[in-house]
Order: sequence, then structure tokens, then C-alpha cells
Amino acid sequence: MSAAAATNRHPAAGLLQGRPHTPAVFSSPALSWLGRMRSHALERVGALSVPTTRDEEWRFTDVSPLTRHTFQPARDLAVLPAAAIERFTIPEAAARLVFVDGVYAPALSFNRAGISVGNLAAGVLAHAAAMEAEFGRHAGFEHNAFAALNTAFLQDGALIVVPSGARAAGPVHLLFVATRSRSASHPRCLVVAGAGSEATLIEDFVSLQEEAYFTNAVTEIAIAANAGIAHVRVQREGGAAFHIAHCAVSLARASRYRSVSVALGAGISRYSLGVLQSAEAAECSIDGLALIGARQLADTHTLIDHALPDGVSRQLHKCIVADRAHAVFNGKIMVRRGAQRTDSRQSSRNLVLSAHARVDTKPQLEIFADDVKCAHGATVGQLDADEVFYLKSRGLSEEAARALLTYAFGAEVIERIPVETLKKRLEQAMLASTALQL
Amino acid sequence: MIFEDSNTLLEARGLRATVAGIEILKGIDLVVKSGEVHAIMGPNGSGKSTFAKMLAGHPAYQVTGGEVLFEGKNLLELAPEARARAGVFLGFQYPVEIPGVANSQFLRLAYNTLQSERGRDELDPLEFDDFVREKMKLLEMNPDFLDRSVNEGFSGGEKKRNEILQMALLTPKLAILDETDSGLDIDALRVVAGGVNRLSGKDNAIVLVTHYQRLLNYIEPDYVHVMEGGRLIKTGGKDLALELEARGYDWVSEEAGVAPAANGAAAAQAANATKAAKVKAARVAKGGASA
Repeated sequence: MSAAAATNRHPAAGLLQGRPHTPAVFSSPALSWLGRMRSHALERVGALSVPTTRDEEWRFTDVSPLTRHTFQPARDLAVLPAAAIERFTIPEAAARLVFVDGVYAPALSFNRAGISVGNLAAGVLAHAAAMEAEFGRHAGFEHNAFAALNTAFLQDGALIVVPSGARAAGPVHLLFVATRSRSASHPRCLVVAGAGSEATLIEDFVSLQEEAYFTNAVTEIAIAANAGIAHVRVQREGGAAFHIAHCAVSLARASRYRSVSVALGAGISRYSLGVLQSAEAAECSIDGLALIGARQLADTHTLIDHALPDGVSRQLHKCIVADRAHAVFNGKIMVRRGAQRTDSRQSSRNLVLSAHARVDTKPQLEIFADDVKCAHGATVGQLDADEVFYLKSRGLSEEAARALLTYAFGAEVIERIPVETLKKRLEQAMLASTALQL
Repeated sequence: MIFEDSNTLLEARGLRATVAGIEILKGIDLVVKSGEVHAIMGPNGSGKSTFAKMLAGHPAYQVTGGEVLFEGKNLLELAPEARARAGVFLGFQYPVEIPGVANSQFLRLAYNTLQSERGRDELDPLEFDDFVREKMKLLEMNPDFLDRSVNEGFSGGEKKRNEILQMALLTPKLAILDETDSGLDIDALRVVAGGVNRLSGKDNAIVLVTHYQRLLNYIEPDYVHVMEGGRLIKTGGKDLALELEARGYDWVSEEAGVAPAANGAAAAQAANATKAAKVKAARVAKGGASA
């Protein structure tokens, strides 16, 4: 099937308009496997359609508004002065890659992390072996239309290779900036962490405009034995944006993955995170916060797959939902036969601030081993009346008391961000959204 | 301390209240003047904590009769925050944990809110830090408690110190301390009581709600009231507390019908105390004494 044939009658036609500019290097003979993968991905895009609420995995998340728009990938770089991104910069970062509407912006990027950090197009040949071993191996697209679209329309992204035993000098900051209305970007990120290595990755999605655009990101993180990756993900897209992202993490023996993902922006967003513990004694903690209002929809789907024994997983996911917003959380924990002595805890806590706000939460435990410790729980509630009274008895107004408690509810997740400046800034953003002065 | 020229801070007259439709307070009369320390004692379930929380404006309680004046104004029509701003402070029996809010942020927010209400200068974080650390010394509190979430993971004693720290910062005219001694070991009790004593002065008053006489060894009350069945049935000096400790509450109930009460009509109302309440109170008091 050709791309043109697919576009003509595809429900996602608007998403398929205008192939992005593909760097020539991706067609290099040395990367023939990549060419085949991308052709196959394009076929899958044609075969799969944009999911509807009839799909179990998308029951609560109606992405049909996405198909009513037409998006064009950026073909050139919108040149931004450094001042334009100043407020998003993170002083602790030892490396930064900036992508503007999906296009790499070298003038705004740097690497002093002491590990390999660069854009995919530049690094793909130098790291051909790591690429072939890992790229597309974790984030499957066979049944995922958006991952297929990302793979087929591969334009650029980040390639981070942490050599065995290396420790990044500081966090690696990937900043994705949206500047153009009606643009589509398909950022791709691959992190390959060698045995015993350590690094912190920050993925940060921001916007300089408020009109509709589409971000469709895929991130793959392969963590070798005894290595540790910390991953902070901040989604603060423009209010009319569509943000779809998939992250697949693979953990080798005794490796660690800790992530905090924060969703504040976009009109409709969906983040799916899959963590596979593919060897013994792997550990992960994946925490999340969605803080939304107006008519925003934020969907988080997670899967922690305990495939082998002695794995540990921890998850705290919180949603704060105001106005007419709608938060969705689906957290699946799979403990496979043989994954004995798995120790897993999951908590979904949700704060509903208005009568018209809505939360759908679904923790899912599937256990096929018999010697495991698994606990999960979900709560959906309003602010605690005793807590409100306690604060009012100290002189705080009803509004200030509610704002402080709302802030506190979210801060429990924000606090876990291991990058101080980013943590403080998100706390400030949260305070601003609750109209509180501290 | 009782002063001649003191002014009346709190005046409750025939206060009746229900929670979830059940009458808990059945006519409370109490006058508290500046400079005074009052202790309200009584068995569990007598209504002591209800009275304390009502004065602070807890929403669970419904006033069904009587009135409460604070400095001559109707206290019951004020929202909890307005009562705090007027100078009423409740030290909670079970201080609420607020994960995610640093104690220092909370204390400064509360302090600055009252400062601005009183037309005084607010403190920025650095100024406040110096200020609060001084106050913490009074309670022998480790400054680390500033950085921790409000009351989260605090021991019982640490929570109570944090309550008295708030009292020290907010300088209320009337502090109602609800079972501030519960859960404290003897060292913590000494420190907390010492803090309260240093905050007690000519212009403010303290109402201690307590189950045991122990606290009153450290904070000397001017008046001791016995509450039972939602009424103050006897009032005396500090010696009354010792007598209660030695003899329990039974005898008070029994003589309530004839005992004169310093605070108005309590005695007459106490005569109506039901037999059932007496039996329950006696049982609780015995259990308490052996604990």
C-alpha cells in the first residue's frame, strides 16, 4: 500500500498530510533495517485507524477531535532567540537538546554531560549498533497507530548513549517547543544506558502559542544491568494542543528506573508508559500528576510488567481535576508466572474540585505468580473537611485553605522530582494555578 | 492569674449544641476574663472537646440554643477564620497532617494572614525563619520540623509542640487547648506546659480541656470546671483537680444538685443530669484512673 492510497480514505487523513522532511542519513545503506522498519510502520498506519471510544484501551478518551484537524509537519527550523526559551531552561542541566516544532535547533543545544547526547540524525551512524539493537524494539507499533505514525514519519529526535559505568555530569534536558499553529511533530527519543551507568533525563513539552497543534512522541529507554535512569516528564503544551506520547522502558538485571511525569497542558493528552522488568531484581517507581481544568482531558495509561523474580515496583498517580476537566488513569500491573517475590505497590489518588469534573481510574492487577506482595488502591474524593477546618482555624480564608490543600495534594508528586530548579518551578506553577501566594 | 481590672473575653450563656442530631451540649455557662487560666475536666464523652471545637467554629456542630460572646460580640455568627482573626485559637487534640505543605510555609501563611488582618507587617521567608526559630526554642523544637510537611509523621508530642508553636506565633487572646497533654511523655509535657506558661499573660486567657489532673501540676489553673453530660456541673479552684484525681467524678455528679457553681446557672441545670449519664461517666472515670 502506498502512502497516497492510505491517505485517501484513512480516518487519520489529516494526520498524514505532508510527509516530514526526512534527513538523508535515515536512507543510508548502513541503516537498511531502519528503512524496512519505517516502511512497515507506514503500512501499519494504513491498516490501523485512530482509536475510538469503542476500543477498550481508549474507552474514556475520545480523540476524534484530532481527526477533524489537518496538521503539517514543519519542514524547516523556526529560528528562536535564546531569550524565547529562557524561562524553560534548567540551570542544573549538563546537556540540552532543543527541538522547535520537531526540528532540531543546534544553536540552542549543548552537551557537557560527559556522555553521548545528540540529535538522532547526527548520531545514528556513530551509534549504528546500539540503534539497531534498541530502536523500535521496545515501543512496538504493530497495534499502536500513533507509535506507527511516529516511526513512519521519523524526522528527528534525541539519541542518548550512556557508556557502561558512566555517570552523566548532570540532567539531560530535552526541550520540545511548539511555535506553529496546525503543526505536527513526531519526536523520537532513544536512551541506551550501559551496565552500571547513571543518568537523569528530562523531557519537557512547552508551547509559545495557544492554537491547535499535534505532538506525537515516542521514547524508548533501554537500561542495562545495574544501571539507573531517572526520568522527569513535563507536559505543559498549549491549551488547544493534542499530545499523544508513548514511552517504553526495558529493565535488565538489578537496574532501576524512576520517573515522575506531570501533565498540566494540552486540550487532549494521552501518555502511555510501559515498563518491562525483563530480568531479575529490577526496580521501578513511576509517579504521575495530572493537574487540569477548563475542558482538558488528560489520560495516563501505565503498564508495569514483572516478567522475572524479585522485582520491585512503586507507583503513585494523582489527578487534580477542576472545572469540566476529565482525567483518566489506567494502571496495569502484570506479575507473570515465575515472577516470584515481586513486591509491588500502586496508589491512585484523585481530587475532584468541581461538580462537573470527572475522573475515571482503573488500577488493574494481574498476578500469575503465587509468592508476591502486591497492594493497590484508588481513591476519588474532595478536599478533607477536617483539613479545611484546621487551616481556617488558623485564620486562612476558605479559598486559601482549599488552594493550599490542593497544592499540597499535588506537591507530594512534584516533590519527587530530582531536579531542584524544575521542582521549584513546577511548585510555583501549581501555586499560580491554585491562585495561592506562599 | 485573676486580675481586678481584667475584661471579659468569653461569655457563654446556656449554650446548647447537637452533632448529627444528638444533643451534646445541654446548656453551658462560662465566663473567661483576660489573664485567667481555666481548666475544663470531665470524663470522656462529657462534651469537653465538642465545646472546644464549637468555640473555634467546627462545622459539624449545630448550635440549638444560648449564645457565646467574644469581647461582647456574637462569636457564633463568625466563620472559623474570622474567629481566628478575632483572637480565638484552638489547640487541636488531633492536629491534622498535611502532606506536601512545608510546616514553615503553613506557619508563615497563617502568621502573615493574621498580621495583615491586624494591620501589621508581614514577614518575608527569611525574616520569618529567624522569628519562628526563636519561638521554637521556647518549645525545645528541632528546626528540622520547619522543613517537614505539616504534622506529617510527627509523634504525638511533636504535634502538640507544633500546636503550641502556632499559639506562640498567632498570639491569640483566647487559647483553647484541647487535650494538649494527651500522648505526651513527662518530658514533653514539661516542655509544652512551660511554653504555655510563658505565653500566658495579663491580656490573654487560656482554657485547658483535659482528662487528667497531671497537666495542672505544670499549668496552674485559676478555675477548674467539671463537665458532665454536656454541662459544667461544678467549679472550683485548682484543689478541685486534685480531688477529682483522687476521688474520680462520681461524687461531683452526686452532689451537683446542691453544689454552688461560680459560673451562673450550671448548678441548677446539672441537677437534671440523667442517671444514665452518671453511670457512664463513673465507668469511664474508673477506667481512666487505672490507665
